[in-house]
Order: sequence, then structure tokens, then C-alpha cells
Amino acid sequence: MAQPSQSPARSVLGSLVLIAAVIGVGAAAFAYTAGWFSPQRLTPDKFVDALAPPTGVALGHRRNHAKGICFTGVFEANGAGSALSKAQVFTRGQYPVLGRFNLGTSDEKAPEATVRVRGIGLQISTPDGEVWRSAMIDPPFFPVSTPQAFYELLIASASKDPEAMKTFAGAHPEIAAFGAWAKSAPWTGSYAEDRFNSLNSFVFADNSGAEKTVRWSLVPAAQPVLVSPDDLAKRGPDFLEQEITERVRGAPQRWTLVVTVANPGDPIADPSKAWPEDRRTVDVGTLTVQHIQPERDGPCRDINFDPTVLPSGMRTSDDPFPAARSSVYAKSFDRRTAEAKDYPRTATDTKP
Amino acid sequence: MIGGSQRFTPLQRLLHWLMAVCILAMLFIGVGMLSTVKPKYLTLVSIHKPLGIAILVLALVRLAVRLRYGAPPLPADLPEPMKLAAKLSHYAFYVLMIGMPLFGWGMLSAAAYPVVLFGGVHLPAILPHSDGLHTLLWNAHFYLAFVFFGLILLHVAAALFHALVRRDGVFEAMAPVSPHHEGAPAE
Repeated sequence: MAQPSQSPARSVLGSLVLIAAVIGVGAAAFAYTAGWFSPQRLTPDKFVDALAPPTGVALGHRRNHAKGICFTGVFEANGAGSALSKAQVFTRGQYPVLGRFNLGTSDEKAPEATVRVRGIGLQISTPDGEVWRSAMIDPPFFPVSTPQAFYELLIASASKDPEAMKTFAGAHPEIAAFGAWAKSAPWTGSYAEDRFNSLNSFVFADNSGAEKTVRWSLVPAAQPVLVSPDDLAKRGPDFLEQEITERVRGAPQRWTLVVTVANPGDPIADPSKAWPEDRRTVDVGTLTVQHIQPERDGPCRDINFDPTVLPSGMRTSDDPFPAARSSVYAKSFDRRTAEAKDYPRTATDTKP
Repeated sequence: MIGGSQRFTPLQRLLHWLMAVCILAMLFIGVGMLSTVKPKYLTLVSIHKPLGIAILVLALVRLAVRLRYGAPPLPADLPEPMKLAAKLSHYAFYVLMIGMPLFGWGMLSAAAYPVVLFGGVHLPAILPHSDGLHTLLWNAHFYLAFVFFGLILLHVAAALFHALVRRDGVFEAMAPVSPHHEGAPAE
């Protein structure tokens, strides 16, 4: 079958070597893309692994902000946000909300008084089929500037080396501001009295296509009553969940959604830097929390509050965190949904 | 089916090579996006979803075209095991080309993620919100991607074997352009 001028065996051998080379290069390119030759690459798997607490992973639970409680309610837009974004969620009207109050810990049994960071996950749905998800926390800025630094912070804080945190703080001096906040910021005894901040920036586009970089916050209507950490420690391990359940049963709880618009030159890519106080803010509506449901059987349980789930009229900015959060939250979601048997729903729970 | 032709129809060849590019891009994007937390993660995901739906549509068109026009016969002297492998690999490719996008779409549906294509077009959920279904489909989508890539490598190896070693006209049947020596697939 080979050309008469060539040795048939040699020609076949050459062809087989060529075929092997093509397949080898193809397989190697695939493996490289998958990161198998790059153990240093920061992957969602490594990030999720680093979130594991020393007590062991809370199987079936979120890998961070593991402790939480569901709520449902409504977002009432006042129309003012339409000046910033064409998203229907800012058109005057009422839109259903699903959310989750939570604590910034990977230990789902952590006594609530021991957890410094509190958060809220939020999903607002609009009739046009769009969904806006957000996950916000109560500090006024993030501990570090980049996802890579946050990963290093997780590694340093889990390290047994007493110098690890010092070394980290030397490389990432922005952590000092967060440390100061954690020490001195007042505590409240209720999720309903906390302010939650997006920290990450996003880009809003109005009907004309004009874009503005923004952050947003939920500002509580309830007057915060400050409680000392010592007094909180005397309350039960689940005092926040019990308090918000009773409080919402008594009356719906409200927050104003405030959008802050960046000025040119503001640090839009660095959530560890707050923007100056005098930036333009727009009150775009009111979140009303109407019902509380335990997470185990609640509607928020299997929702991933991925901050990159945005309606048309919003997009991510140069802030690198939302992309990293999206990839890591997805990995956390994939793992915990595969562990549902370790966090059984009450309906199928056979324990006495 | 219309028999007799030694080559696939031009439409079939166009679909084959167009989809080859799409599917290879899709598999690389898939493993690439799962390996990074950088902003390109979002870019890759935003390509992965609409490209997957495009592949699903193309695969359904291609299946209809295949059922209508068939395939050229394999060389009579091809050993039976190779004939069987060729036939089974074609079935596997159609199952994967149609199944993978559906598993992906179903997986997103079962996780209650919005399925957004270019231009803010939303696809409806095709399955109810369910952690069990999500896990099942996630595993299928993930592991079958490697099966798919392995099958493509085998397919490329076989095609090159036909083109370079056997020189039996099988490669030319799907080659994008007409071979220069039309009359010489076998000596």
C-alpha cells in the first residue's frame, strides 16, 4: 500500500510516530488547560479546601458562612434606581425576595457570639425573568485586596506557625484596617439592626447605555442597640437565629437599599478600600423581611448566592472578587449538594 | 438513505468540521474554567453556556442530515472489529453531542441557576430544583467530558491511521476539501 519508492515498514513507522505525537500533544494541551501541570495555580478546589475549619468540614453545608437561616420577603423599588440601571428591579414596584442571614464561619455549629462577621444572601426576581443575587457582609471593607491574598490569609490563619499571621500582615498591610474594625466595631444583638455591604463594586448601565461603577448597602430601619461581646456570649449559641425568628414573627423587618456611585479615581477594584463618605448615594428601595424559615428545609438552602448572577443592566467591574467568589461558591455548592445525606431534610430525617 | 457516494455530502462535511472546532473549544473551555478563580472564569463560563446550546442545535441538525443522507460505506477490506469500533464511536459521538449540552442545561436547572445566553436571552429550566439531580448531572457532565475528549483523541488517531497508513479513502470521505489524487485512495 505504500509508495513504491519508500520502504513500507519505515513509512508506516513514521506515520505511527506522527499519529502518536499528534495525540500526545493534544492530550498534553488538555491536561495543561485543566491545570494538571500547574500545582501552583489557585483553583476553586484549593480555595474550598482552605476554607475547611480545624474541626472538619461541615458536610452538606456551605463551605463558608456555613451557619444561617432563610427568609422570604419583598423588595419595593421606589424607581430612583432607574437613573443608574435599566434593570427591572429598579422600576417602581414590588418584587419577591428569597434570602439568608448568615455568619462568616465555616463551622455550622459556631456559638453566634463568637463570630465577628455577619452576612446576608439575597435573591430578587423580576417579572422579566431576570434574577439578581447578592451576598453582603457587615464590615465596611474587605480584609484584603485580592482573592490570592484572601487565600493566603486562610492558609496563614490555619497555620500552626506562630509567625504565619505576622508574615501575612507584613505582605498585606491592608489587613490592619480590618483587624482594627474587628476589635473596635460595636456589636448588635440582631440581624435586623445590622448594615450589610456589597463591598465589591459592579457596573450599572442605564437605558442610554451610560455606565457607572457602584457598590451597595442594606441600611437597617431598626435602631441598632449595641451590646457588649461579653453580654452576647451569655446568650444562647443560636441567639441571633432565635431573635430574628421571633422579631419577624412580631413584625416585618426593613432595610433601605442604598447604592453608592464611585467618583473617577476611586478604588473600584479593591474592596479593602472604602470610598470617601461624600460619594453620591441613591436610595433605591426597601427590603422587607416577612418570614423566617430554618435552613434545613428552607427555600434558601439550595440557592447559591453567587454575586455574578446579575440582571441585564448590571455587570461585574474590574474588582476581581466576584469572579473568584462565583467560581468558589459553585465548587462549594457542587460539594454540599452531593452531601445532602449528611444534612438531611426533616421530612426524610429518621433520627428521633 | 442514498448509497453509492464515497464521500459525505458537503453539508455533512461542513457540520463535521464546524462542530469539531466548537466541541474542542468547548472541552478546553470546560476544563480551563474549572481550574481558575481569575476574572477569565466568568468570561469562559459566559462562552461555555451559549456555545453548548449552539452545539446542541448543530448536533440535532446533523443527526437529521445523517438520517437523511447516511454515510459512505467503509472499505470492504476493513477488519470487522474496526468496522464495529467505527460504528460504535459514531453512536457515542451523537449521544455525547446531544447529551452533554442537555446534561449541562439540566444541571444548571436543577441548581436553580439562571441559564443566560448572549444578549441576556434566558432559557427555561428543564428540570426541577433538586440537589440529587444536580449531583447526578454534574457528575455525568464532568466525567463524560473526559470520555468525550478521549473519544476525540481515538477518533483523530483512527482518522490519521486511515489517511497515512491504510490510505483507504475513509479520511477523504470527511476531508474538508477534495483530495488531490481522487483516484488513488488504495493501490
